[in-house]
Amino acid sequence: MKVNNVILQFTAKIVFFIIFFFAIHIFFAGHYTPGGGFVGGLVTASAIVLLIIAFDLNTVQRLLPINYVYLVAIGLILALGTAAISMFVDQPFFTHFFDYFYLPLFGKTSLHTAALFDLGVYLVVVGVTMTIIQTIGDDE
Amino acid sequence: MTILANILVIFFISVGLLFIVVTVIGLIRLPDLYSRSHAASKSSTLGVMCILLGVFFHFWLKEDHFNPGILLGIVFLFITGPVGAHIMSRSSYIAGVKPWSGTVRDDLKEEFKGKIKKEKL
Repeated sequence: MKVNNVILQFTAKIVFFIIFFFAIHIFFAGHYTPGGGFVGGLVTASAIVLLIIAFDLNTVQRLLPINYVYLVAIGLILALGTAAISMFVDQPFFTHFFDYFYLPLFGKTSLHTAALFDLGVYLVVVGVTMTIIQTIGDDE
Repeated sequence: MTILANILVIFFISVGLLFIVVTVIGLIRLPDLYSRSHAASKSSTLGVMCILLGVFFHFWLKEDHFNPGILLGIVFLFITGPVGAHIMSRSSYIAGVKPWSGTVRDDLKEEFKGKIKKEKL
């Protein structure tokens, strides 16, 4: 039966952005408040799942042409590379560094290499969740 | 000022609690799925929004902490609560859930005449 899903689709278009920006906020808030790469990745994946529910799998794959297996690989390389930086400057594996920088818009900001490691975790979580859901959903 | 803030917080949280109790009574007493979803979606959305507003005022006026996440939560609930109820009622109508016997008007019957029985086999 052909169904008219205009209310669900229009709501999903708006709500997707709210969830996605909230996920980014959770990701960056992880250093000082509850949150971090894992929760941010899961919330991002749930936003994409909302789009898959409202539209369908092929539409969303055309909308976000990402191969999520590559996303997992990029995340793992990023996490491993961040941990390996310290080996080149005669420090133990997994030593993190931070320093204060003066960025034009933000002012005095502390940038920490743990954020890069967290970005790796984020990419791996998004990739794994979306791979599982797409593999289960696409059983034609 | 503190008394005014206290009154505001207590008012919003009490109104929210009242609406949630009304939701529960409606879920127990109403006869069919559609009237129950009417009770659940409207009054529980308003109740949770009122409670969140009270929490927001508490942290803003008494602890000096302006938390925009709560406002975002209010907007989010206001958008998604009714849409969730709409989707649930619509899918249960298509699945063939009968309305209450006292229903006098059913506009969707013309729209789905013949289609629902064919789907149900």
